[in-house]
Amino acid sequence: MRRLFQFHGGVQLKEHKKEAMTQPVQAAHLPKQLVLPLQQHIGAPAEAVVAVGDKVLKGQLIARPGSTVSAPVHASSSGTVIAIAGHPVSHPSHLNAPCVIIDTDGEERWHPDRHPVADYHKLPPEKIREHIRDAGIVGMGGAGFPAHIKLNAGNRVVDTLILNGAECEPYITCDEMLLRERALEVIVGLRIMRYALQAKRCIIGIENNKAAAFRALQEQVRNTGADFIDVIQVPTVYPTGGEKQLIRVLTGKEVPAKGLPLDIGVVCHNVGTAYAVYRAVELGEPLISRYVTIAGSVAHARNLDVLIGTPIIDLIEECGGNRKTLSRVILGGPMMGTALHDVTAPVTKTTNCILVNSTVGDVPLPSRDKHVMPCIRCGNCAVACPVDLLPQQLYWYARAKDFDKVQDYHLFDCIECGCCDYVCPSQIPLVHYFRYAKTEIWAQQHEKTLADIARERHQFREQRLERDKREKQERHKKKRAALKPPGNAVSKEEEAKKAAIQAALDRAKAKRENQQTEPKNTQDLTPEQQQKIDEANARRAKSNNPLINSALDTQNVQQDKHS
Amino acid sequence: MNLATPSSPHIHSGIHITGMMARVCLALVPAIIAYTWFFGWGLCINILIAVATALCAEALMLRIRRRPIAPFLTDGSAILTGLLLAFCLPPFSPWWITVLGTAFAIIVAKQLYGGLGYNPFNPAMVGYVMLLISFPLEMTQWVPPNIANQLEIGFLDTLTIIFTGSFPYFLSIDALSMATPLDAVKTELGLNLTVSEIIQSNAIFGDFGGVGWEWVGNWILLGGVWLIYKRIITWHIPLAVMGSLFVISFFFFMLDPDTYASPMFHLFSGATLLAAFFIATDPVSASTTPRGRIFYGIGIGLFIYIIRTWGSYPDGVAFAVLLMNMAAPTIDYYTQPRVFGYINTDKNDGKKQSPESDTKDNI
Amino acid sequence: MLSAIIALSVLAAVFGLLLGYAAIRFKVEGDPMVDKIDALLPQTQCGQCTYPGCRPYAQAIANGEADINQCPPGGETTIIALADLLGRDPKPLNAENGIEENIKTVAIIDEKVCIGCTLCIQACPVDAILGAAKQMHTVIASECTGCDLCLPPCPVDCIDMVPVNTDSTNWKWSFPEEADKQEKTA
Repeated sequence: MRRLFQFHGGVQLKEHKKEAMTQPVQAAHLPKQLVLPLQQHIGAPAEAVVAVGDKVLKGQLIARPGSTVSAPVHASSSGTVIAIAGHPVSHPSHLNAPCVIIDTDGEERWHPDRHPVADYHKLPPEKIREHIRDAGIVGMGGAGFPAHIKLNAGNRVVDTLILNGAECEPYITCDEMLLRERALEVIVGLRIMRYALQAKRCIIGIENNKAAAFRALQEQVRNTGADFIDVIQVPTVYPTGGEKQLIRVLTGKEVPAKGLPLDIGVVCHNVGTAYAVYRAVELGEPLISRYVTIAGSVAHARNLDVLIGTPIIDLIEECGGNRKTLSRVILGGPMMGTALHDVTAPVTKTTNCILVNSTVGDVPLPSRDKHVMPCIRCGNCAVACPVDLLPQQLYWYARAKDFDKVQDYHLFDCIECGCCDYVCPSQIPLVHYFRYAKTEIWAQQHEKTLADIARERHQFREQRLERDKREKQERHKKKRAALKPPGNAVSKEEEAKKAAIQAALDRAKAKRENQQTEPKNTQDLTPEQQQKIDEANARRAKSNNPLINSALDTQNVQQDKHS
Repeated sequence: MNLATPSSPHIHSGIHITGMMARVCLALVPAIIAYTWFFGWGLCINILIAVATALCAEALMLRIRRRPIAPFLTDGSAILTGLLLAFCLPPFSPWWITVLGTAFAIIVAKQLYGGLGYNPFNPAMVGYVMLLISFPLEMTQWVPPNIANQLEIGFLDTLTIIFTGSFPYFLSIDALSMATPLDAVKTELGLNLTVSEIIQSNAIFGDFGGVGWEWVGNWILLGGVWLIYKRIITWHIPLAVMGSLFVISFFFFMLDPDTYASPMFHLFSGATLLAAFFIATDPVSASTTPRGRIFYGIGIGLFIYIIRTWGSYPDGVAFAVLLMNMAAPTIDYYTQPRVFGYINTDKNDGKKQSPESDTKDNI
Repeated sequence: MLSAIIALSVLAAVFGLLLGYAAIRFKVEGDPMVDKIDALLPQTQCGQCTYPGCRPYAQAIANGEADINQCPPGGETTIIALADLLGRDPKPLNAENGIEENIKTVAIIDEKVCIGCTLCIQACPVDAILGAAKQMHTVIASECTGCDLCLPPCPVDCIDMVPVNTDSTNWKWSFPEEADKQEKTA
């Protein structure tokens, strides 16, 4: 007998499961329109490879993965692509998401390229993972993490591969019906996953309120002779189906706070994912349909095999719900499900349950009282928390918007299971406060990154302006220097001038000395002429002009000569 | 269509403050009946006065503070405060004592701090301490047990005593004032009598507490255990209070049985049991983490003993509770539980995560 | 009498020496407080705090010239963070400096009206406007901090502040106002 462990806290919930399990699972009616969101998984959105107007076949690839952490999307039925646009989806933000919208032609013609793997043992695990990736398989328990990545152990050893069939939330029974009706396929899928991971042993964990499923699984394990598979029933406590909680119950180990189950040698997948792996590898079919529970205020609560992309209102009406009296439609379970704002939103790969609450329903969901009271510090929340947090402290600090303190109390370890909220006597919406705090902190971190970038840009701008100023100053200095005449250049010019003057004087002198011809009018002078000449000479003598003096000398010499 | 889109979870357990308070009051009913049997109608009348005062005071304060009145009046916390305070008062205390104490408890100790959920101190104990210090005479007029049976004081007579202070012809104030067992022990220890002498000489002592008081104590104990069963309170505080009181009184009793009373006596006298199950477990003023509650309870138990034995008041419950109320936030801070996933893996190289996880045994 | 005086004087001397020693031995070098304060500011560089940018405001706070509640883009979060850092009490945003806008906006230039004058480019504190003289100007939306400084200089008033679109990457859960209100008031 295997020893089971316990996790702290948890709550006992009324199951409400029998109502939807009275009939076997049938395929849902083919909807007139299929709405396929490009993002039905964690990671980068897929990128459409079809265009508006294209005719597509069932199982055809319509969007390829956007990056390594991404998944492709396939057409769930044959028809024509009429739009690739925003469409309401199930998200608390009420925002539209990009979707490929297909009008079905009713013929359900399959794409011819279906490649099942004949014997997966003959392929390396890497190839099996590629095949699983190409089939668009993501975690079908609700998280939607691309399965091929979670089937890659890297260089770590996987001790235990766990299949999560716990399904601990009330009303949801899709996994249980899958196990009842398709136990063999699930086990084959499990074996394929084990091969991809090279895991040692396997455990299928289901709650102890699923007797029929337990028997079916045990029988198939016996039939297939898989002695490495243990089917184990765990106590029915919410939230045993949480990955970390289930691992703790089955193995006694705690997944480290900021780590992955792989860190302790464990990998956990949903039973629905195992079934999808079987279909992909053994039948070559991509992930285009899944079991969905429709329960609550509907005439015939049941499980259906639903095509991905079916609008939710179609399913509600198929099960006898009345669209006019809807008051709340929850996608998922009553503890963690998202309340839908628009019932034309589609079923995605991770939709497990549609819970209908109507104004005239005979199965109304008990909800919290209208009036919220102050916290009376009773500690019920801390007793119920499966992660052993102090929701009370988280509440006080989230409400005070003290986001540092709230992280000191490990806000990001909260799995938003709702146990604390469920048991609060003051009806305080605790999970809402925690979600508010988480997104606020992420937004603040994002702002901080932007602020750091802005600071860098601002500093660069300051430096740029400084640099511009400096360069301008340099240019100004140069220009100013070019305007003033420099001292050396001026003296050179003066020297040249002086030299020219001197040269001219020398030439004139040389010319005079070389002059031999006498002037003709200096002979036979009348006494009056002589007198005038003497007076003029006297005047010239007074002037002291060297030229004139030398001329006078010459004249005197000549006169002496003549006299 | 207009679909409601609140955050999950979409269901609730139905646990409500009113329900919790109602169950606590219910758990006290057997004790009240026993009390009335032994000590007369005084308690019932006091309860009525206290509850009425509490509700009026709360309504008045909510009006002044501009808060919604209906949800807070119907949550039952004011009623419980009145009830507990009335339980702590002498049964024939004048009506104005009850009114004053309750009004003080609600107005000052609760509403002025912010109302439900914001008071750091237990309101009933604050009211009681205020009365004890201000009106020591009236607060020590305890009655001998079986007085109701012996002297046949009827309901109307009790009403007269409480509201007019005048006693019926066959009664005098002396006949009504009698020491409680704790009182007797304290006074007469001071007169150098040994504990066994005190107990033997005094008719008010029963098997292990006081006559009548024992029965009330038993019913309180049963009511408290029922509350734990119903998960209204947890076992940590009651066990810690009683445990620590038992241990310390046992230690001193072993040391010197003549000077120190027995553990059973301490447990069943005075307001010990009431405190352990009903007063110290008041969630607003107590510690909230599981380990913290144990330390809180131990502190209360120790203080009760210390004040009783070496302090000047015969019963130390109210003071002990108030003292530990002051320490509660600090205790909470230092007793946070280990969060899932935060295990010291340094010394274990990541393989062995916790003592139970030896996987070799589980194959 | 004398012994009392001597005793007290000796005590005073001993404690004085101890304190002096402690002051020297355990002296804490001034830490770069300005950097720490600047790290908490939103870097909008808008000037609403009356200082020309976030760094000067951080300097002023460190010098004790400015109060911690003068930054509207930072809002309550920044005030609380500053109060935490400096060990003071948080206080409400000073209305003189502006009001806290909860909607993030970015600038957008109407290209039909823009005349290419570069006045807004010179005004932008983070160089988030692309353009040149007589060329079309445009705001790089991802770098715009929403500081509004480009609006006054524009001579043709062609710049508008528009709210940033909420999409799945920046959507936040709302504060549970209703529950908070119910718990406090009527």
